[in-house]
Amino acid sequence: MEHYTMNLTLKVWRQKNAADKGHFETYEMKDISSEMSFLEMFDVLNERLIREGKDPVAFDHDCREGICGSCSMYVNGRPHGPWKANTVCQLHMRAFKDGDTIVVEPWRANAFPVIKDLVVDRSAFDRIIQAGGYISVNTGNAVDANAIPVEKEKADAAFAAAACIGCGACVAACKNSSAMLFLAAKVSHLALLPQGEPERKTRVLNMVAQMDKEGFGSCTFTEQCEAVCPKQISVSNISRLNKEYLMAGLTAEKK
Amino acid sequence: MLDSKIPAGPLDQKWTYYKGHCKLVNPANKRKLEVIVIGTGLAGASAAASLGELGYRVKAFCFQDSPRRAHSIAAQGGINAAKNYQNDGDSVFRLFYDTIKGGDYRAREANVHRLAEVSVNIIDQCVAQGVPFAREYGGLLSNRSFGGTQVQRTFYAAGQTGQQLLIGAYQALERQVALGNVKMYARHEMLDVVIIDGKCRGVICRNLVTGELERHFGHAVLLASGGYGNVFYLSTNAMGSNVTAIWKAHRKGAFFGNPCFTQIHPTCIPVSGDHQSKLTLMSESLRNDGRIWVPKKKGDTRKPNDIPEDERDYYLERRYPAFGNLVPRDVASRAAKERCDAGYGVGSSRQAVYLDYAAAIVRYGKIECNKLGITNPTDEQVRKHGIEVVKEKYGNLFDMYEKITGENPYEVPMRIYPAVHYTMGGLWVDYELMTTVPGLYALGEANFSDHGANRLGASALMQGLADGYFVIPYTIGNYLADEIRTAPISTDHPAFVEAEKNVRERIEKLMSIKGNQTPESFHKRLGKIMWDKCGMARNAEGLKQAITEIQQLRKEFWSDLRVAGNVNEFNPELDKAGRVADFLELGELMCIDALHRNESCGGHFREESQTEEGEAKRDDANYSYVAAWEFKGESNWELHKEPLNFEVAKPTQRSYK
Amino acid sequence: MKWSEFFTSSVGKKIVMALSGLFLITFLVVHAGINACIFADLLDDNDNGEVFNIAAHFMGNYYVIRIIEVGLFIGFFIHIIQGYVLEVKNRSTRKVGYQVPIGAKGSRWYRKSMGLLGTLILLFLIMHISHFWVPSRITHTLEPVSYGAGAKTYHNLYARMIDVFQNGWIVILYLAGCFSLAWHLLHGFQSAFRTLGVHNNKYISLARGFGLWFSILIPLLFAAMPVSMYFGWVD
Repeated sequence: MEHYTMNLTLKVWRQKNAADKGHFETYEMKDISSEMSFLEMFDVLNERLIREGKDPVAFDHDCREGICGSCSMYVNGRPHGPWKANTVCQLHMRAFKDGDTIVVEPWRANAFPVIKDLVVDRSAFDRIIQAGGYISVNTGNAVDANAIPVEKEKADAAFAAAACIGCGACVAACKNSSAMLFLAAKVSHLALLPQGEPERKTRVLNMVAQMDKEGFGSCTFTEQCEAVCPKQISVSNISRLNKEYLMAGLTAEKK
Repeated sequence: MLDSKIPAGPLDQKWTYYKGHCKLVNPANKRKLEVIVIGTGLAGASAAASLGELGYRVKAFCFQDSPRRAHSIAAQGGINAAKNYQNDGDSVFRLFYDTIKGGDYRAREANVHRLAEVSVNIIDQCVAQGVPFAREYGGLLSNRSFGGTQVQRTFYAAGQTGQQLLIGAYQALERQVALGNVKMYARHEMLDVVIIDGKCRGVICRNLVTGELERHFGHAVLLASGGYGNVFYLSTNAMGSNVTAIWKAHRKGAFFGNPCFTQIHPTCIPVSGDHQSKLTLMSESLRNDGRIWVPKKKGDTRKPNDIPEDERDYYLERRYPAFGNLVPRDVASRAAKERCDAGYGVGSSRQAVYLDYAAAIVRYGKIECNKLGITNPTDEQVRKHGIEVVKEKYGNLFDMYEKITGENPYEVPMRIYPAVHYTMGGLWVDYELMTTVPGLYALGEANFSDHGANRLGASALMQGLADGYFVIPYTIGNYLADEIRTAPISTDHPAFVEAEKNVRERIEKLMSIKGNQTPESFHKRLGKIMWDKCGMARNAEGLKQAITEIQQLRKEFWSDLRVAGNVNEFNPELDKAGRVADFLELGELMCIDALHRNESCGGHFREESQTEEGEAKRDDANYSYVAAWEFKGESNWELHKEPLNFEVAKPTQRSYK
Repeated sequence: MKWSEFFTSSVGKKIVMALSGLFLITFLVVHAGINACIFADLLDDNDNGEVFNIAAHFMGNYYVIRIIEVGLFIGFFIHIIQGYVLEVKNRSTRKVGYQVPIGAKGSRWYRKSMGLLGTLILLFLIMHISHFWVPSRITHTLEPVSYGAGAKTYHNLYARMIDVFQNGWIVILYLAGCFSLAWHLLHGFQSAFRTLGVHNNKYISLARGFGLWFSILIPLLFAAMPVSMYFGWVD
């Protein structure tokens, strides 16, 4: 792979705090190496801003290897930028060429209010999990791990759903700001395993109720979420959630 | 002075004996006792959840925006457990023995044996929580082998085992949050511990969104804040991983155990330039099938595929015929460094070696063609089928390599180089995981306890969960049973006021320097000193230089630092400045520890202590102890030694020839 | 869980959309089937709408069908109202929009335009009802016609159709209506099944494949009617 350097125009959303209205700020970036990661380009920008006595751009990031789910930039009209199955921390500058203009925005959704610049509050996801995204088993209560065999296909499907990193790209991309892919990933993960069976009904009903309370929209199967998901979580999980909801809603005894 | 509180009795009975005799707290009293947990990785989340289940009132803190983002999530390979599901002769004793030996006989026997004992419960617990481990077609759990062992005892979920385990613990934690047993404080950083009458009674935290300082009382405080590999600036740790929590505790009286024991992981993607902010690990499992080599000619600039077979030096196979490419991490890392230092490195930086899959592709391709009944397959057919197999086994890792480097590893050998990965050192703790400050505990990577001088693959996850799920719920009761008469202490207590004042003053001091250099630039410079002089190979002269350089750098930091933004707002630069300030103190201690330990053991390689063939030489006569450092003031530490007695696993020199 | 909660959650509302949508899809089949009777004229030049008028008469007078018709109106009503409720709610979830819209990357325009397509169909529906349903059932302004021995008279809906479709602009509007319907169905058909919980890939691809043909053939059949009348192929 040939290395090259490029000059770029960066348009970044700046917002001092939740109350601020916010605006775009334009930065000219010189001699950016194609080897850099996208966030390293932001490191360069921030070092420069600090030297100039300006406020650096705040953005969430931590592991920088695509697994923690912290990073959340909407780059040129796409969550996590142009690469498929990727987080923005793993996006590298060779995705761009000399002279490009890059527009970077935070996740946009009422349920994800901006804290500062590109940092948003995704605690709604935690509250959705609190509503039932778990199996109620206290420490020490477990039977032997091999006591209950699990069909390999189902275990694999559960794993594929559980690979969700909770970054919120699905919400950011969805025209309805729906959190259904996130929710469906968790519901599917636990519904596919025998261990998740006892709480199957209450789990899906409570989690859907919490999602509605948080102000996310409905799923209209545009499949935009799957297209931007860094972990390629399938929308068929949403169908499964719908099934779980239907069965639970129709058969749950409690009013 | 140092009492490790190891229970009496035979090694394999100690934990059982302890559990049967430790003090208990009755349920009504548990509701009155408050516990603070710092960090929500595997150790922190599992501890907070388990203590919440027991009925304690728990407050959990993490600096990330959600507890699910703790860096445990990035662990790839797997988790060890002595289940012996493969019927290949595994047992609790073997796991214990492998861990002690792998740690080069610098860990405490009793702790390691307990770890091996509870390892089996961990797997049960995780499966019950819905962790989707890999399974066989019969529906039972699958295992794979890992470095340093001869049995298959590693449970895994593709290359995302840490993620799946953490999500399991996170879910258990969120359940307790929903039940009201745990109160979660995300985007909060602990900046000091509060000590009242010699006991740890709370913490001072900064709300990272508003910048406000908060006081929190707890009858006990658990530090599960992870390792400090980021002192090297470039490491496989997350950007936010830091030493601050345990360093504050250290300054308040908790001894620091074996600070210089650092694990350098051999297979990481090499540094590509000055802009590099972190390094990415490629799972150790890649060494199962890949062959590591450098050109035989110094400074060879040919493309790897142009270098003929007989001009390649498969140096691990050459030096260690018995283990070949599967030697333990410390050995593999040093061997790579040795070749690069001698001028045989590859890539534009010359600081890399090749990890080659060409042979594996051909080998698998032939097997596959056989299976498919293709007689006399063409080279292309072999390659095609071989690539398919490799893709299935390692596809996600290869994809990651391609994303980062832009090179296709199926065509060109991968370039790898060792990188800082894990710190075996940490706060000194006794058998109960309590530090030298009563009521202050350290769990997981934050403590020093179980891995000695070198950690085996797939053991970090095991230790984090063992501490959180199965050790602390027992041992904390033994302490809290005597605290049931302690009413919650008001956070207006002078000790809280004083601690908050100190934290505030330090923040203000950081903000007031208004110099020219950013926290990032200081961090980079510290990292370079550490990597060059306290990295894979260390010597007395270099370490002495490093200590002086770090002292100077620290002086410069406190006189020329520039922190952007304000105190009372979301300000990642300020967070970073505080962490770098602590790293600048820790770095010095690490060098002091490395300097005092004039032997080579595990990840700690002193050039003065090696065999004629350049292998590490341990010195059991003089250094068979844990070095626990007590903070006495700036650049001033006192060494305490906890002798290590090996009653069961008798020390031998490790050999992989 | 109360029924009211069940149907009013974000998932419940979608279930209502899916059920009413599928109901309307079955109506389309019947509607297209009856209307296709006009093509009897292509087979028998002397038909002149006889088969169609008799079929339409049956639909308009048999009491079971009339009852179902009430259901049909309710179905339309629910689908339309719920559709707008969802559209409004979904549009309100993002107060601050993006500078760079995501566009068609990873999705298709029609999947994201069900509200727009539905509105176009609604406008078409109003026009369509005023052309045929109102004169037939409310104002009774259609000419009578009788066949054979002349014992029984029928409304000559067929004549009305020919009359309406002589206007080129109306034909174009009808074609636009069919076009909107096609795109609406292309997404709606398979989406309805997924909303009702079909997650097995085998069945999803079945619903997709069938839905594709359905959303091409039914609107095509409808579109053929005004066109063939305008050009006099059917008269």
